[in-house]
Amino acid sequence: MENKWFTISVYSENNVGLLNRISGIFLKRHINIESLNVSKSEINGVSKFTVVIFTTEDWTRKIVQQIEKQIEVIKAFYHTDEETIYQESALFKIASNLLFDDRQIQNIIKESNAQIVTVSREYFVLAKTGRRGEIDEMYHQLSPYGIMQFVRSGRIAVTKSVMQITALLKEFQTK
Amino acid sequence: METLKEKNTGSTKQTTIRISGAEALIHCLLAEEADLIYGYPGGAIMPVYDELYKFQDKLTHILTRHEQGATHAAQGYARVTGKVGVAMATSGPGATNLVTGLADAQIDSTPMVCITGQVPRHLLGSDAFQETDIIGISTPVTKWNYQITKATEIPEIMAKAFYIAKSGRPGPVLIDITKNAQFDELDFSYEPCTGVRSYNPSPKINSKAIEQAADLINNAKKPYIIFGQGVILGHAEEQLKALVEKAGIPAAWTILGLSAMHTDHPLNVGMVGMHGNYGPNILTNECDVLIAIGMRFDDRVTGSLDTYAKQAKVIHFEIDPAEIDKNVTTDVAILGDARDSLELLLPLIKENKHEEWHNEFKTKYEEEFDAVIKNDLHPTKEGLTMGEVIEEINLASKNKAVIVTDVGQHQMIACRYAKFNQSKSNITSGGLGTMGFALPAAIGAKMGAEDREVVAIIGDGGYQMNIQELATIYQNKTAVKIVVLNNDHLGMVRQWQELFFERRYASTVMTNPDFVKIAEGYHIKAKRVEKRKDLKATVEEMMASSEPYFLEVKVEKEDNVFPMIPSGASVSDIRLK
Repeated sequence: MENKWFTISVYSENNVGLLNRISGIFLKRHINIESLNVSKSEINGVSKFTVVIFTTEDWTRKIVQQIEKQIEVIKAFYHTDEETIYQESALFKIASNLLFDDRQIQNIIKESNAQIVTVSREYFVLAKTGRRGEIDEMYHQLSPYGIMQFVRSGRIAVTKSVMQITALLKEFQTK
Repeated sequence: METLKEKNTGSTKQTTIRISGAEALIHCLLAEEADLIYGYPGGAIMPVYDELYKFQDKLTHILTRHEQGATHAAQGYARVTGKVGVAMATSGPGATNLVTGLADAQIDSTPMVCITGQVPRHLLGSDAFQETDIIGISTPVTKWNYQITKATEIPEIMAKAFYIAKSGRPGPVLIDITKNAQFDELDFSYEPCTGVRSYNPSPKINSKAIEQAADLINNAKKPYIIFGQGVILGHAEEQLKALVEKAGIPAAWTILGLSAMHTDHPLNVGMVGMHGNYGPNILTNECDVLIAIGMRFDDRVTGSLDTYAKQAKVIHFEIDPAEIDKNVTTDVAILGDARDSLELLLPLIKENKHEEWHNEFKTKYEEEFDAVIKNDLHPTKEGLTMGEVIEEINLASKNKAVIVTDVGQHQMIACRYAKFNQSKSNITSGGLGTMGFALPAAIGAKMGAEDREVVAIIGDGGYQMNIQELATIYQNKTAVKIVVLNNDHLGMVRQWQELFFERRYASTVMTNPDFVKIAEGYHIKAKRVEKRKDLKATVEEMMASSEPYFLEVKVEKEDNVFPMIPSGASVSDIRLK
C-alpha cells in the first residue's frame, strides 16, 4: 500500500491532556505529524483536531480507530486530499524599504493574492492563505529579498461529505 | 467542568455533607463497593491515609512493600472477582512505581482505579519535592486519567473513574489528586456515573452481522473457535459452552481465555499460540470458518499474519472497535458484548457434530502427546520437570485452584497443563509479560477469593522481582501457596539463546539465594523438593495447609518448552522439538 496524505479530523471534549493522549497514538506507531491544528468546531463545547499525516491508508484507518477509542473523543474521521477543502495560512514579515525600493515585491503581492496586514516604518506583514504549494512558492519568491520572519499554520480542512457529529452526540446522550 | 456532563439517573435532590476532599474520596470508594485497596503511603497522599485510619472498619487498606506490588495485587483481586481493583500511592516515585501495573492492566483489559497524591496545586510545574507529571507519564498506559485540583471535583470524577474502568472493554484509570484538594472541604453527595457523552462502551449489536455469522457457521465443514478473555469479562462462559456443544465446534483458548471453559470439556481442544498445543495451531490453517470470541489476534497467537488462517472466513466477536481488522481482516465483525452477541446467535445455529473434523484434533493431540506431553507429565529421566509439578497440583487441588503465574517457561507450562473447572481461575500477565506479577497478584487473588486455594507458580527469576511482597503475606496471614520452579536460569531467554542465538548464554544463569531460608525469614512455612519421590507428598501437604506455604522445586536446568512457533513463523510451522 502506497503512502498518501491523509487529513484526520477528531471531534472531542475540550479537556486538558487530550492532545497528549492523541499525539501519543502517532508516537506509538512512529508516525510524524506533518501538521496539527486545534480549534473549536461547529458544535458548542466540542473541539476539533485537524491532523495531517503521510502514510498508508491501512495505518491511517487503524490510527483513527485507536484515536476514536479514547474516552473523550467523540468521533474521528480520515480523508484524502481529494475529499476535503483545505487551506493553510502564513505570515511573512519583510523590511518596509523593500516595498518601495523593489517594484517586483509589489507584483508578487498582487499575483499571489496576499494581504498586507500591517505596515510600519521598519517592516510590513503579508498574510497568505492557500494550499501548501502556493505558500511555498511565495516563500521562494520573497526569500531572495530577505524575510525577517515567517510562520505557517497547520492545515485546516472541511470535508466535501457530511459529518454527522451532532446526530452522534444526540445518540450517545439518549442511550 | 462544563465538558464533563454526565448522564445521571433520576437526579433527585440529594442531601450533602460538608467534609474534606480526603474524606470524600473514602466515601466515593465505599459507594463503589470497594472493600479492599492496596497501597503505600507518602507525603502527598497523607490526608487520604489519615481518613483511611478513621474508616478502617469499613475499608481495608493492605500495605504492600512496593507500589508495583499494590497494582498487581489490585489486578489479581480484579481478575478473580470481576470487580474493580484499587491501588493507591503517593506522588513522584510512588506514582512512577505504578506504571508497570497500569501498562499490564491496560494490555490485559483489567479494571483498576489507581489513586495518586500530587503536590499542592500552587506548586504544580515547579519541580517541587516528589513532583512528577504522572498524568503525562501514565497517559499511554491508561484507559483514562485525570488530575483533580479542586475538592469539589472529587465525587464526579471518582464516579466517572469507576464507570470507565469497568465498562466496555475494561482497563486502568489513574486519578491524581493534588494535596490541597485532599485538605479542602466540599459539600459532598455521590451519584454513580451511568454514561459519558463521548464514550460508547457497548456498541449496539448488528443483527445482520449475527445472521451472516450464523450462516457461515451453519454451512461450515470445519468451524473452529478461539476464545479469549472477552468471554470471561463479558460473563459469556455459559453461552460459549452452549455454542460449542450445539454446533459441535472444537474450541481453543488464548492464554487469557483459559478457564472460561472447563479444560476437560471434550470439545475444548487446547491452547493456541507460540507454546500452545499442536493441533489448535496447525488446524488454524485448515479450518474453513474461524470464530474468534473476545480475543485480539495477538502476535504470540497468530505468528506470521501473512500465513494466518488465509483459507478461512473469519468471524470476530469483539467489544472494542479498534480491534476489528487491526491484525486479521475479518469477513464478519460482530461488535458488542460477548454474552449478548452469543445469545442472539444461538437460536440461529443448527445442531451439528463435525466428528471427522474433531478427530483431526485428536490425532494431532496424540502426536503431541508422544513427542512432548508424555515426557513433560510422566518423565522417565532423573530430573524433575515443570509439567509434573503442575500435574501434581492439579491432582491435589482437584482442578479447583486459582492458578497465578508469572512470565516465562513455567507460565507456558502452567497454561498448557493446569486444569480448571471454574472461570476466572487463571491469572497471568499475558500481553505485557510482566515478570514479578505473580507473587503480588496471588495476594490480591487470595483476598478476593478467600474460600479458594490460590497457587502462585513462579520462576526463580520473576520471584525475585517482587519478592518483598512476602512481607505482605506474612503481615496479613494471606494463605497463598507459592511454588517456585527453580531451574537457576532465566529459562525462556536461555531457551531462545539455545535455539536462535547459537547457545550464547548471555546473562541467563542465576546464582540464587536459599529461597527456603528467605521464606522462613518472613515466618512462612517452607520446603524444598529435589527428588521426584518427595514431590507428591509435599504438594499434598502444601495444598492441605491452611497457612501461607512456600515450596521450591528444583527442576531440570536446561529443559525447553515445546511445541514452539518460532518468532515470526507461521502457525503451520509449529515445532514439536
